[in-house]
Amino acid sequence: MKVLIPSPLHSYTKKNLVEATGDTLDELLNDLESQFPGIRFRVIDEQENMRPHMRFFINNEQVFDLHHRLLATDSVALVQALSGG
Amino acid sequence: MVVAKKKITSNKSGKKSLSKKELIILVSTRKGAWLFHGDKKRKKWKQDGPHFLGQIINHMVLDSRDGKTLLAAASTGHLGPTLFRSTNRGRTWIEVANPPAFSKTEDGQGRSVKHTFWLTPCHENEPDTWYAGTSPQGLFRSEDGGLSWQPLASVNDDPQFRQWMGSIQDGTPDGPKLHSIIVDPRNPAHLYFAMSGGGVHESLDQGKSWKTLINGMEVVSGFDASNPMFHDPHCVRMCPSNPDRLYQQNHCGIYRIDRPSDEWTRIGKKMPKKVGDIGFPVVVHPRDADTAWVFPMDGTSVWPRTSPDGKPAVYVTRNGGKTWQRQDDGMPKEQAWWTVKRQCMTADTQKKLGLYFGTTSGELWMSRNEGNDWHCIARNLPEIYALEVAEI
Repeated sequence: MKVLIPSPLHSYTKKNLVEATGDTLDELLNDLESQFPGIRFRVIDEQENMRPHMRFFINNEQVFDLHHRLLATDSVALVQALSGG
Repeated sequence: MVVAKKKITSNKSGKKSLSKKELIILVSTRKGAWLFHGDKKRKKWKQDGPHFLGQIINHMVLDSRDGKTLLAAASTGHLGPTLFRSTNRGRTWIEVANPPAFSKTEDGQGRSVKHTFWLTPCHENEPDTWYAGTSPQGLFRSEDGGLSWQPLASVNDDPQFRQWMGSIQDGTPDGPKLHSIIVDPRNPAHLYFAMSGGGVHESLDQGKSWKTLINGMEVVSGFDASNPMFHDPHCVRMCPSNPDRLYQQNHCGIYRIDRPSDEWTRIGKKMPKKVGDIGFPVVVHPRDADTAWVFPMDGTSVWPRTSPDGKPAVYVTRNGGKTWQRQDDGMPKEQAWWTVKRQCMTADTQKKLGLYFGTTSGELWMSRNEGNDWHCIARNLPEIYALEVAEI
């Protein structure tokens, strides 16, 4: 499935749209990690919690559970909170 | 100061002498990192950067044992933390595979590293080994040159330490910090570290067990000085010429300790009353354990942490804290409200010692004569978080 990547993570993916697979959001993030080493820890902490300023949208709906099941037809977006300083 | 192992060369007369050193000022800022390469007279500095533009660089350190490996602790406002590593003094960088991270707990309620705050290369006899201190407070060790890190359970998971560390609200406004990790040059098993907040601690068995070292340190009025939780050491430095002597700049004054005593003495009481003895950094002379420098800041009312009365100065003691002298030649005489963070003042080891400090307003200053006079090397940098001088 296609995964939209926010610009702060383009240093890993080199582009804003990538392909990844997984039956759950957790598995999809593992697939991203295998393709782009280091990317998972920037968005998921060591306790397997989503980092405070990272958001995950599946088919435009925000998801908070890493075990959320995915379909091959789903679209996934990683979004960084739209604030900064 | 970070001094790479000295090269011995032969001169024309056949006598051995120390080779001339290349100096690099490693500048870590809230928006990236810069390297300032100095000429042999330390008069001209070539600015190299930004590296990692936009990333918060909390500390960047040269491995003094090989003279070429750099580690840089990075995070951003939104992403998780990481570390970058260079093996060619910053020409190219890679991201390390496993940056410091706390042990995972079954319930998912364990702590997570917000950023790595402090980096210390280990002993000369332990190549590729480093220690890291994090926010929230954690101590980590790497044995592969910083590529992967293991948490020290004797600190990170110890119930007593966890109590002293307090919560995420019990540290600095930017989070609680574990800092001032010191390895005794005589013995790699002898370690110190400090926590803001949480006191100063010592190990004699390479971190397997720890002893608290807070006797004589004062706390904010009304709190219990016997409880490490209430202690806020800002910066602790060991004297290279006498590793039994340490200086400390604390939230509550300037201290010195001479081991094996376990009693700190508040030497800052000899500072001028109008200036006080509050600040963040302390710098020690590499060859004279009686000489140390501080950068006093206003610790009154709501803790402005700016130069007292807007008149910045360094203060030096040359007798272990019995007396202090003001050093401000070349600095603005008024309306300069500088803040210098705990990692933002350092020294080189040249014959005429160089001193360096960086401000949160992005100015980089140095003295080529042990603080007698000062000049600005760079302006308009982002907020400076840390300075190290690498000598190669």
